[in-house]
Amino acid sequence: MAHCSHVMVCTCTTCISHGALKVKNALERELAQRNLHNDICVAQTGGTGLCVNGPILVVQPDGVFYRQVRESHVPTLVTEHFVGGRPLADILFVPKDEKVQIPSLRDIPFFKDQRLIALRNRGLIDPDSIDEYIANDGYKAIAKALTSMTPQAVIDEITKAGLRGRGGAGFPTGRKWSLCRTCVLKRRAEQPETPCYIICNADEGDPGAFMDRSILEADPHSVIEGMLIGAYAMGGTHGYIYVRTEYPLAIRHMQRAIECARQYGLLGKDILGSGFSFDLTVFEGAGAFVCGEETSLIHSIEGLPPEPTQKPPFPAESGLWKSPTNINNVETWANVAPIINWGAAWFREIGTETSPGTKVFSIAGNINNSGLVEVPMGITLHEMIYKIGGGIPNGKKLKAIQTGGPSGGVIPASLLHLPVDYERLKEAGAIMGSGGMIVMDEDTCMVDVAKYFLEFTADESCGKCSSCREGSQALLEILEKICRGEGEMSDLDLLQEISEAVKDASMCGLGQTLPNPVLSSLNYFRDEYIEHIKNKRCPGGICRITA
Amino acid sequence: MCCASTVERSPTIAKLKIEDLDRIAQEVKQVIHLRDGRARARVVVHMGTCGIAAGAQAVLTALKDAVNDRQLTDVLVTTSSCAGLCSREPMITVQLPDRPAVKYADMTAEKAARVLEEHVIGGKIVQEYVLAVGSERVM
Repeated sequence: MAHCSHVMVCTCTTCISHGALKVKNALERELAQRNLHNDICVAQTGGTGLCVNGPILVVQPDGVFYRQVRESHVPTLVTEHFVGGRPLADILFVPKDEKVQIPSLRDIPFFKDQRLIALRNRGLIDPDSIDEYIANDGYKAIAKALTSMTPQAVIDEITKAGLRGRGGAGFPTGRKWSLCRTCVLKRRAEQPETPCYIICNADEGDPGAFMDRSILEADPHSVIEGMLIGAYAMGGTHGYIYVRTEYPLAIRHMQRAIECARQYGLLGKDILGSGFSFDLTVFEGAGAFVCGEETSLIHSIEGLPPEPTQKPPFPAESGLWKSPTNINNVETWANVAPIINWGAAWFREIGTETSPGTKVFSIAGNINNSGLVEVPMGITLHEMIYKIGGGIPNGKKLKAIQTGGPSGGVIPASLLHLPVDYERLKEAGAIMGSGGMIVMDEDTCMVDVAKYFLEFTADESCGKCSSCREGSQALLEILEKICRGEGEMSDLDLLQEISEAVKDASMCGLGQTLPNPVLSSLNYFRDEYIEHIKNKRCPGGICRITA
Repeated sequence: MCCASTVERSPTIAKLKIEDLDRIAQEVKQVIHLRDGRARARVVVHMGTCGIAAGAQAVLTALKDAVNDRQLTDVLVTTSSCAGLCSREPMITVQLPDRPAVKYADMTAEKAARVLEEHVIGGKIVQEYVLAVGSERVM
């Protein structure tokens, strides 16, 4: 069990002479009595250099410094600081020459409401050091699975946790694994040597999204460990990490991590002396958007043109080289080890009933704090934009948020009260998507935004289904026409009709979702389309109306 | 190629057994918390793609040069990934023994050299550049 905080009691000679050991014992007693001893770890440390003010107590990660702590302070300290979350002012250490109060990281809104599971080691460890990963409970989960859990028990735990695919669609991970395992067992009953492939989808293609890249860069071993656990559960024999070649640093970190894991025997044959064997390869994709789709990704590894094929058969049944295959997204894999370590019940306490856990978002666009955030599911968009994101720069007003990239939709500022949750975002006509969140202020033209995404998807359509290939082109032409000021009112119905046809007739996710930016902007910002058509005016001042 | 071990260990790396995980964790924690007194400070440069794009390489070089010039053998300069707040990169984290970590934002080579001088060596936080104290999680 990981501790939430550490209390460092200085037990240097000076502090001991001031009664540090009494304080330490009292603290341990008090924490045990209140059943907090599993959450808060009491550690002894050496001289802090300030021990004339001893005994000194430092609470981490809050970074709160207490001086002259007496045994009698302990009960109040526990009540106020550890239960109530308020530092005890009486014994706070305030350096004489530091008049300006430096904020604690936990007080900064950007960090305060984040909850790190997938990004648990970000900025904390050296991603090239396997030892530092191990020091942070690394490879403990696979050790636990190998020694004390059956493969089925692992799948049950993931199922109970309610983990859903973080790539965007939100399919229950436990069910996906279970399906794959069933197929593997069935095939091996006839052919015992049947391989099973475990794939990590790191073909992050949405413009403005960089969650997966950051996880691979920050903590590659968290993905390796997740995949090891998955392989153990499903009977995986070999794994691929499919990363787009535009992510050189992520690729370098991942390759190094694999190399280190092999040297430690955490990949390869007979892992941790358990008899279980599994190895990994990094596969560099050439950056086609469609490769994020499972079947296309598989064809790309096989060396075939990256075009999707009809499902079923699902990859679990017949995937890479016709063998049972399981594909999960980077963030999904990074969530696996903590669930095994701390249990499904712990995971379910975070997030909402239908969407447990956290979600990583990359916030970009017209926002003060652009960056990477991991928040519990269920947090409202308002909190995301105004608390964590720090609001809109230059005093501008928020117009809309675009989630889910080219497959997602726009959410108008009026729906900011919506919680981040797979179902609720879908109801609003957007999708959770992989976590790209683009914030747009009042100077944005929503027709232009829809056009931008259609330019992207029309370019990235693999061309296999005519509905997607021709439909995206047709939608784009109409949008271009409207942006030039040459649109007609009948174009709006046409946009709607073509969008629905593309959705219905396309085989893979790319085509099925590419009309979303058009449909959602038509729904929420129809007046902007009309303004372009009737008054030949672009409300955002973006489009060059030539008509 | 040898693994980037935080803890120095014999060059032949044996395959791990389960009990080795705890041993490595303990060894690393000693170093990271600077508890064994071997180092007086640990300076982490956040070098995700965002940090590098914002100039983290120059910051890292400046810190390493300053540490070499002054022969500060007990100051560890190391790297980590993006700390999340990409718009304020380059960022560095300064960790002194048993003190809360201090994060600095919008670093340049010059600013980093000053942080090294005043905070790492002098023990006084450079107020002008500081983002916050504390960390998101405890090692």
